[in-house]
Amino acid sequence: MAEIQQKDDGGGKKGKQKKFNIHVDFTPMVDMNMLLITFFMLCTTMSKPQTMEISMPRKDVVSEDEQEKIKASNAITVLLGKDDKVYYYFGEPTYDDPDLLKETDFSGEGLRTILLGRNQEVVQQMKELKAKREKLEVTLEQYKEQSIEIKKNKNSPVVLIKASDFSTYKNLIDALDEMQICNIGRYAIVDIVAGDLRLLQDLTHDGYAPELKEEIIYKEKQ
Amino acid sequence: MSKKIKKKSTFIDMTAMSDVTVLLLTFFMLTSTFVQKEPVQVNPPQSVSEIKIPETNIVSILIEPNGKVFMSLDKQPDRWEVLKKMGESYNINFTEEELKKFSLAPSFGAPIQGMKQFLGLPSEEQDKIIMDLGIPCDSTNNQFREWMRLAREVNKNLVIAIKADQNTPYPMIRDIMNTLQDLRENRYNLITSLKNMPEI
Repeated sequence: MAEIQQKDDGGGKKGKQKKFNIHVDFTPMVDMNMLLITFFMLCTTMSKPQTMEISMPRKDVVSEDEQEKIKASNAITVLLGKDDKVYYYFGEPTYDDPDLLKETDFSGEGLRTILLGRNQEVVQQMKELKAKREKLEVTLEQYKEQSIEIKKNKNSPVVLIKASDFSTYKNLIDALDEMQICNIGRYAIVDIVAGDLRLLQDLTHDGYAPELKEEIIYKEKQ
Repeated sequence: MSKKIKKKSTFIDMTAMSDVTVLLLTFFMLTSTFVQKEPVQVNPPQSVSEIKIPETNIVSILIEPNGKVFMSLDKQPDRWEVLKKMGESYNINFTEEELKKFSLAPSFGAPIQGMKQFLGLPSEEQDKIIMDLGIPCDSTNNQFREWMRLAREVNKNLVIAIKADQNTPYPMIRDIMNTLQDLRENRYNLITSLKNMPEI
């Protein structure tokens, strides 16, 4: 490849063919390329970081009337606890009910099944839309518009994510992730209140709220 | 011994090899981006979100597991302006040289009171001690808030990105988010690494 074979018949003097090869040595070239590849492999990253866009409510605006609008039956409160554990309850909390809070986890059978079960209508519609998109029946813009429309469904659950002080950033991201997987359009990160800590303490006896004595029925919002 | 030893040519044709390496090189050059130097190594959590972060105008907030906060601005003139304004609000006068030195490093994370001293150090020393510094962001001495406010003042189009380690306790994240909320910065990005969308 890197050689040129020249045929020279020597002007036809003796009829003998002189053959000489011109070799170009590519070894230094390979060396240099290898060096550059090594450099690029070490100093660059292939993956561009992904991001998750969130918008928080404004602090100065009183969001109470907005919260009123949420039907209590649609609300799911997710509490992030110690050691990657998740707890949840449906609807308005009744703090003296010991069976209210249930424990689950971030696996496919845990929180996801619960959320999917509560959000069947939207999930079904999203599946149909995705199928349409795969058949290229809708454009990307249409797909985005329609998926936003579907997620606005009045009957879909509203998830309140309350992270306790013992949870980690990973838990929060996992919880937000579940919202995306389960196509939940309405969710919020809310500060945990004493009542929720009380529920956690009652269920786990794990030091969530040591100052709240377990025998006393906690009476917030009563 | 009377046999004549045949002289064999030891020439190996490297052309094909060279072709391959050039191809690989091109591939790497086109697909990868340079690693930004960050004061601490953080390991962001995984998510299924596929949104890419914009290329420019990012202010990223780096939170390491122990809750130390670092910031980085991607534009050099912005960094220059921000430190100048920061100096004004804390009554510290930074020289041209210090401003220049500050604007050369993409990320920063020293308390403003020690900034002058920090910038006086050679850059290798800076890399060593920056891990132990971090921007103070507790309620009594919230320099992070000031940095953020000034960064927004200098560049209106900044996109905020929070890059936190997955083991960071939630209270630290909450403090940062609260500060951002105080500044009426309600939209921001959480940087994550990609994981596959599970089938539902």
